[in-house]
Amino acid sequence: MAINWYKYASPASFYSLAGRMIPFFAILAFGLLVAGLYIGFFVAPTDFQQGEAYRIIFIHVPAAWMSMFLYVVMALWAGIGLAFNTRLSSMMATAIAPTGAMFTFVALWTGSLWGKPMWGTWWVWDARLTSELILLFLYIGFMSLQAAIDDPRRADKAGAIIALVGVINIPIIYFSVQWWNTLHQGASVSVTQAPTMASTMLTGMMVMVFAAWMYAIAVILKRVRVIILERERHTAWVSELNERGAL
Amino acid sequence: MFFWIVQRDLLLAMRRRSDVLTTLFFFVIVVSLFPLSVGPEMNMLRMMAPGVVWVAALLASMLSLGRLFSNDYLDGTLEQMLLSSQSLSILVLGKALAHWLVTGVPLVLMAPVLGIQYDLPVDALFVLTTSLLLGTPVLSLIGAIGAALTLGLRGGGVLVSLLVLPLYIPVLIFGAGSVEADMAGLDYDAHLSLLGAFLLVSIVFAPWAAASSLRVSME
Repeated sequence: MAINWYKYASPASFYSLAGRMIPFFAILAFGLLVAGLYIGFFVAPTDFQQGEAYRIIFIHVPAAWMSMFLYVVMALWAGIGLAFNTRLSSMMATAIAPTGAMFTFVALWTGSLWGKPMWGTWWVWDARLTSELILLFLYIGFMSLQAAIDDPRRADKAGAIIALVGVINIPIIYFSVQWWNTLHQGASVSVTQAPTMASTMLTGMMVMVFAAWMYAIAVILKRVRVIILERERHTAWVSELNERGAL
Repeated sequence: MFFWIVQRDLLLAMRRRSDVLTTLFFFVIVVSLFPLSVGPEMNMLRMMAPGVVWVAALLASMLSLGRLFSNDYLDGTLEQMLLSSQSLSILVLGKALAHWLVTGVPLVLMAPVLGIQYDLPVDALFVLTTSLLLGTPVLSLIGAIGAALTLGLRGGGVLVSLLVLPLYIPVLIFGAGSVEADMAGLDYDAHLSLLGAFLLVSIVFAPWAAASSLRVSME
């Protein structure tokens, strides 16, 4: 069976497809979240070095991974939107940014909560913390640029350029921060964990990563639906939906 | 075309010399504020000097970005430039070079004097000046992207800082790092080489990105 993928490049048909996909991903996210938290809090053993405090890893690592992953996905969609002039791709990029920024913030926040019992300080200028902070700045720059531009097409394209410039810069920033950190002889503490990890801990963490991923998809689809409605409010299909009372 | 743009922008800047001086004095004032706020102990000032001078250079260069395209945008020249058959990237490169000559070079020339204020040793002054010489063109080139994207937006001046400052971070790290390495008695060649690498990469890519940003902003 051949599926006509281009059909779903149209906001109108993607709107209903997204509507059908959201419950699936939302339930999946919820199920994985419950399972992951259960493994994290009740099954996984207490760490003999870090005690119970290490359990924040089940929130922290998924958030940190998603924050970086979502930036790349956002730049990818923005780039597709810029190259092929597809409206929906740019809307996806716009929809991803707040979720990505949220995960970045959560990663920073839980990181500092974790740092306090482990290193005795809320914040160290460690390479990873610093580059995560800069990632947050990049998200904020993208969102504020799009917010400042009234014309949605210009906002899409301008956002795409800054997202792509950002994605090229991320490795440069990451390595320069790392070298900067080692040059400064750094803080005496390191974020690097012991390489071995109990397998239940790893399972719990991976389940939480998938939960965060599914959550991100569900929320982003929800947000893209709102953006589609907002941008397409003058079109016939939206007023048709409205007449049927389907909004 | 390239030299014509440079010459024209320089001429325009010379007609309005106060703009150039404003940026320069901003740089001097920011650097001079630090001893007043943290105290005059020479040891601490010497340690802070590279960072302070570099951050002030970043801010000064960023504040003058508004002038890069906005005057041409307002009087319609920019539209004509977009319509011309010449490559827009070359044109942006020319404007960035002129911007650097007008704002970057005075900062580079002023930096040793400010370094003396902070009691830097002579060879550190030399490294500071060299690092600024290599780094400030990168600031103008990256800044051109931000200036092009925020062209004609309300609140563009503040917005450009949000966009551009995170991208300046690598330049800041290696610029200030080279001077610190020199004062710590380490080799600073690697820092300067990396700054040179940033310069080359941004000469190739930044005009292109800024040109497409201009097209987005002007359509």
